[in-house]
Amino acid sequence: MNCEETQSQLHPYSDGELDLMKSLELEHHLRECATCSQAHDDLTTLRKALRSDSLRFRPNPDFEARVKSALRREANGGRQWFSWTWLIPLFSAALLLIVFSGYLLTRSSGDDLVAREIVSSHVRSLMTPNHTIDVPSEDPHTVKPWFDGKLDFSPPVRDFTAQGFALIGGRLDYIANRPVAALIYERRKHPINVFIWPAAGGDTKAVAQVQQGYNVIHWTKSGMTFWAISDLNLAELQQLEGELEKQ
Amino acid sequence: MFTKRSQLEPKNKLASFEAAILPHLSSAYNYARFLLQNESDAEDVVQESYLRAFKYFRGFHGGDSRAWLLTIVRNTSYNLLQQNRSRQLVDSIDDSTEVLDTSEYSNPETVLRQRIDEDLLKQAIEELPINFREVLILREMEELSYKEIGTLCDLPIGTVMSRLARARARLQDKLAGKINQEI
Repeated sequence: MNCEETQSQLHPYSDGELDLMKSLELEHHLRECATCSQAHDDLTTLRKALRSDSLRFRPNPDFEARVKSALRREANGGRQWFSWTWLIPLFSAALLLIVFSGYLLTRSSGDDLVAREIVSSHVRSLMTPNHTIDVPSEDPHTVKPWFDGKLDFSPPVRDFTAQGFALIGGRLDYIANRPVAALIYERRKHPINVFIWPAAGGDTKAVAQVQQGYNVIHWTKSGMTFWAISDLNLAELQQLEGELEKQ
Repeated sequence: MFTKRSQLEPKNKLASFEAAILPHLSSAYNYARFLLQNESDAEDVVQESYLRAFKYFRGFHGGDSRAWLLTIVRNTSYNLLQQNRSRQLVDSIDDSTEVLDTSEYSNPETVLRQRIDEDLLKQAIEELPINFREVLILREMEELSYKEIGTLCDLPIGTVMSRLARARARLQDKLAGKINQEI
């Protein structure tokens, strides 16, 4: 083996990749050639240095823990996250939310629609000179029986003349797709319409709003829903509401 | 019965995966770190490689688990490198001109007689083109055979051999050059 051959085989020889025959030939040459022997020594020195542990890059101490937890997530979480068992409560919750928000939406828009009907009915009742009163009477004992047979419920009828709200009479009306009772009160020439009909659900607190310049108050009590409307100021209308709620 | 199976299986799979593959974490990191030359990229690639390895663990039928993992690390690293086009993938050294210049070795000027400065050596490794760097790392630090490196990097054994020789020659050149400059 000459120098050129030796140099070209030096690396596989050093790496233990040379077959036995060639290795022996090469070793023979190294014993005789100082230059090639030196080259071999240099290679050995370099390779020894390359195997030093301090040359290696070491991962951060917490890296293994991070990889482990990522694997755990993959093994457990990753699988279950997409499983159907997770989707069932998720789906039910979404469905519930849709139904509930739908209920809220229709309820509020329903209220809004009723408020408009209340206003229309109130305005219509004021258009005739002596208002539209079916039973003109300041006596609750006349007004209340008058509704019997005309409605499938008996509205609470009371006079509040002592409190400044005189009962003028009663009227049948048609609101929210059903016949309802309308009581007419008056305060310092301001007519007040109070619409009453049975309500599903529990009591609700009074909510005041302004519709087309009229004050409107709505509440539910003891299975009856009340809508009071007037051009009277809100504070006084609320006073009537307080009286009506006392019963 | 179905629930039992799906609950138990991942745990067993994870346990056997960890036992077989987790001991190679330091090899995987060192390899990725030398390939990518960046700590956070290396961590990302190794973690992603472990997740991939876990996913395909069923397809691993014995053999050298370290070489198998390093292959995944290599693929993941090259994917990242291809995304970061700023990095130089193509080497300045062309494999076709890889005829060993024997005069490099016989020149006494480049001979390393002194103790090798490890910082300088590490720097010299990092300056190698990636194709040469990775073959060197796999051989010297991971002690893989030419055949294993050839399989891992999809290279003929002759190319593994010549790249390794070139890489070492470059290191010797660089170290010798720097040492000479310092003197």
